[in-house]
Amino acid sequence: MTAATAVVDRRDVSRIPAPLAGVVEFLRMMSRKPVGLIGLIGVLFFLFLAYVAPLIVPLQDAVDVTAIYAKPSWTHPLGTDFQGRDVVNQIVYGGGDIITTAILAALFSTLIAITFGSIAATVGGRIDAVILAITDVALTIPQLILLIVIAAIFRPSSFFALAVILALLQWPALLRQIRAQVLSLRERDFVEAARSLDLGLMHIIFREMLPNMRSYIVIHFIIAMTLAIYAQAAIMFLGLVPLSGKNWAIMLYFAYNQGALFFKDSFFYLMGPIMAIALFQLSLVWLASGLEDVFNPRLRN
Amino acid sequence: MATITPAQGELQVRTLQRSPLSRMRGNLAGLWGRPITQAVAKALLTIYVTSTITFVLIRLMPGSPVEIKIDELMNQSQMSYADAAAMASGLFDIDLKAPIHEQYLAYLGNLAHGDLGNSFLSRGTTVMSIILSVLPWTLFAVGTGLMLSFIIGIFLGLIAAYRRNSLLDHAVSTGGSIVSSVPGYLIALLIVLIFGIQLRWLPITQMRGAFTSGITPGFTFEFIGDILFHAALPISVFFLTHIGLWILSMRSATLAALEEDHVTVARARGLSDGRITTAYVGRNAVLPLVSQFAIAAGAVVGGAVIIEQIFVYQGVGLRLVASVNQRDYPLMQGIILMTTVCVIIANLVADLLYSKLDPRIGRAGGAAGK
Repeated sequence: MTAATAVVDRRDVSRIPAPLAGVVEFLRMMSRKPVGLIGLIGVLFFLFLAYVAPLIVPLQDAVDVTAIYAKPSWTHPLGTDFQGRDVVNQIVYGGGDIITTAILAALFSTLIAITFGSIAATVGGRIDAVILAITDVALTIPQLILLIVIAAIFRPSSFFALAVILALLQWPALLRQIRAQVLSLRERDFVEAARSLDLGLMHIIFREMLPNMRSYIVIHFIIAMTLAIYAQAAIMFLGLVPLSGKNWAIMLYFAYNQGALFFKDSFFYLMGPIMAIALFQLSLVWLASGLEDVFNPRLRN
Repeated sequence: MATITPAQGELQVRTLQRSPLSRMRGNLAGLWGRPITQAVAKALLTIYVTSTITFVLIRLMPGSPVEIKIDELMNQSQMSYADAAAMASGLFDIDLKAPIHEQYLAYLGNLAHGDLGNSFLSRGTTVMSIILSVLPWTLFAVGTGLMLSFIIGIFLGLIAAYRRNSLLDHAVSTGGSIVSSVPGYLIALLIVLIFGIQLRWLPITQMRGAFTSGITPGFTFEFIGDILFHAALPISVFFLTHIGLWILSMRSATLAALEEDHVTVARARGLSDGRITTAYVGRNAVLPLVSQFAIAAGAVVGGAVIIEQIFVYQGVGLRLVASVNQRDYPLMQGIILMTTVCVIIANLVADLLYSKLDPRIGRAGGAAGK
């Protein structure tokens, strides 16, 4: 009986093309924990908002002095800003830069952490000691303070430069964890086998070890994105990045410096970007925690 | 050395057979093996590297502040390059004519005397005196917030783990993950926006500063109450941004500790639930959180910058932003260094506390750490 249903199930799954079957299985596992599912939906929503919605909704950039700090209405669902511009429109156009910078920063910092973390663990000895010492030092300096001073000196004017600076500051925590992972993987039989076949350090790291840390790296990539958003929004709020254009954190900077914080009417103007950043951060964290459960069967119960 | 483990004994035998040089190296290795030596060496290395980074940032980078200042002086007061450079030299306390390695050594020499140079803006005021006047306020607010969140957080995490999957557990865990995901400065803005402006529950403008001007500092109820009144909002934000971390970490650590054999044995021996919870479960679960505490201390000093800005609390963060806006580079340099020193001290204290709390650490030979 059970054997028969198992066979039927397998046939059902096999009718779906292979990559889709994986997606279906993934969604089924994600839906077991509401928090993870909410996170996934939230992240997809914000990605849509930031990259697809600007293609559909026209930019409304005109100053309208008759509608300064307008209350929410059908034409302006979240009200208007200090120049009478629509807040929702700014939220739609203001996500792209921040999210792109966060993805780039997470990518660069993950690459640094993987490369040097696995080199430290596989080579060992003095190189390991030196890499670890540098990591410890980098972990000790308060990163946001260093970032503020670096931003004040360099004034990064492109989001690519900003992403590089963020990445150079936030790799240490991940490096330590990658190193620990590699150290435990190093003792496994398949790595031993690759080593005895003399397949070379690069092959062992990239072909044998990294595929086994895939889930781990994905989760930390998401966490790295939250750190990058936290840091870049912080320095933009302080007005240290001469980025022109629209962006949730720059909206906050203008709102704060126009004194919008102290007007009763500008409540929704400030709540817009605050909620956009806060909900995106929360979605990322919850997605990461949902993925952790999917990838690590021992946590599921 | 109280006891000698077999490995150390073997080391000593081997060093006796070697040359004097390698014997010295062996002794150094013995000293190096002690946790205190390693911690102090790491601390000194970190201070050295941090000061080098700030030196490089200020002096060597393209478009360095020194060059910018020289340009500024030339444009503003029609000085010649030499005059402007001489004046910039004085301002930065750097002899620009000296070769770069001599400048670097002079800078390190000054640092060794605790001399961080003079502030650009208030001439004649040392950077050190400025920092020492604001740093205590930040440390007080950050420290109080962190301690409160730690105590209440581990308590809530312990309860959540004991009542796993109950409504209380879900409420506490979900609430914890929400407040810890939202950046602290956004929470600060929300507090001002909702409780200060919309509802008018909090007198935001009166709560600015570190204490009310005109009040005489001292150990009086009035002064202490005033300090707490002004620090209340920053403390609440530091509390909220960290409580989630402690709840979630303590919850999972307690769940792991509850499955240990010695807890089952303690139950079988008929020990009281209270004793099992505190001495068997709680104590083991809290251990890994102590080292997390030190890491959090570093992050929270950085995060304090914007929170102090929003509440206008006169701590080191507010001063940092002011120094950035006024391009007071010696002050920026000093703030990076001094906050790093604070984090290092927090780390050292956490290490010591850890070895006090966990008798397995700190014994001779058992110093491997993590």
